[in-house]
Amino acid sequence: MYQPDKILTSTLDLPVLQSASDLPYNFQQVVNKHHLNLSPLSIDTLQVNITKMCNQACLHCHVDASPKRTESMDLRTVNACLEILQNHPEIINLDITGGAPELNPHFDYLVIEAKKLGKHVMIRHNLTVTLEGHPTTSESKEYLPAFFAEHHVEVISSLPYYQEFFTDKQRGKGVFHKSIESALRLNSVGFGMPNSGLLFNLVYNPVGSFLPAPQANLEQDFKLELRTKYGIEFNHLFTMTNMPIHRFKDNLQRRGAFQDYMDKLLHAFNPTAAGGIMCRSLISVGYDGSLYDCDFNQMLDMNIHAGEKMTVFNFDAQKLLQRNILFASHCFGCTAGAGSSCGGTIS
Amino acid sequence: MNYFDSKDLERFAEVGTFRKELMDKFFDYYGTVTGEDGALSKREKSLIALAVAHALKCPYCIDAYTTTCLENGSNPDQMTEAIHVAAAMAAGITLVHGTQMLGHLERAGAA
Repeated sequence: MYQPDKILTSTLDLPVLQSASDLPYNFQQVVNKHHLNLSPLSIDTLQVNITKMCNQACLHCHVDASPKRTESMDLRTVNACLEILQNHPEIINLDITGGAPELNPHFDYLVIEAKKLGKHVMIRHNLTVTLEGHPTTSESKEYLPAFFAEHHVEVISSLPYYQEFFTDKQRGKGVFHKSIESALRLNSVGFGMPNSGLLFNLVYNPVGSFLPAPQANLEQDFKLELRTKYGIEFNHLFTMTNMPIHRFKDNLQRRGAFQDYMDKLLHAFNPTAAGGIMCRSLISVGYDGSLYDCDFNQMLDMNIHAGEKMTVFNFDAQKLLQRNILFASHCFGCTAGAGSSCGGTIS
Repeated sequence: MNYFDSKDLERFAEVGTFRKELMDKFFDYYGTVTGEDGALSKREKSLIALAVAHALKCPYCIDAYTTTCLENGSNPDQMTEAIHVAAAMAAGITLVHGTQMLGHLERAGAA
């Protein structure tokens, strides 16, 4: 027989149900209950979302990215991001995301210039774009593995599972085998290979409304299966929780599973994980230069305001460090269980 | 009225409304056996629990352990194999009783 969360539900004063939507899940109230101070700690990472266009349209995608999206960062905004990186040595990481960021025409330029500034550059690379190319111009992207290697970026790629079934269910038919082919191409230029210094990390997120398995265990499974069956090598697996916003939220609501999922996240609230949430050390940039606490807040249009709306054009690190991070119900996704961030498990 | 309502699982602890100390002992035992890695991993224990849930036909446990198996890294292939083990055991247990039938047939001079 299954034991319910009797301990958690009896000791945690759950937020009061206010409506049938996601409003009842009051993150700030739970944070207060645990006497947590979740103010900004630093800005060590600038995470830049340079396009919502993607060659894929995944079931869980919080960006609602697809080949039909047209939002894309222009050169002026890209240059403003580079200027911030140049003026702020404390920002050591540039995390480039999308959509498929390689579809932005200024992607290569941003990578090259950020590396010249000595920054650690991370690319959220969906693997299949290398083989599929640009969805509207058909421009080939087969140069990407060599380009990534030449500029010593860290490649971080979603692969929901080491089997075809789960991967294609989430990301579309045929994605698994294309991902395998693309991963092998990354291996062939050194990514994920011992002593190459070229980091190739994979990202797992659950194919459905459940929490990720323990990261270390799942990493072992991925390594064994991908090495044995396909000869693929990679460095680490990051597990991430699906965020209950946009496309994944719509899916939950269609299945009548939204409330159960939110209850699951709420009951699994982990104060230790909460202390390490990524918004405390990261600033997220939208395609138009607007600033956000994270990529999820960005997709919900929760702009940072510090006296005025903050953008890359009025970037002020001191003001940003004194801001109040904006929290909402989706933040329970980052604090459930072992926690979730763009770098995987938190605690 | 339905005899099985998935929401009833949330009320499981209320079975301890009376003789709470007995339920406390049960939850303690249950949590230790199923909720911790031991000689068996939590993943292995979850697959066993899923198989037992099917064998004993507990709808609450089937729902709960389907999720628990996923959250411990099992996939549908592994979970389905686990319930086939339960089904095969049930079939074998039924069939092995055929020896009793055979013995009786022999004693009756019919085999």
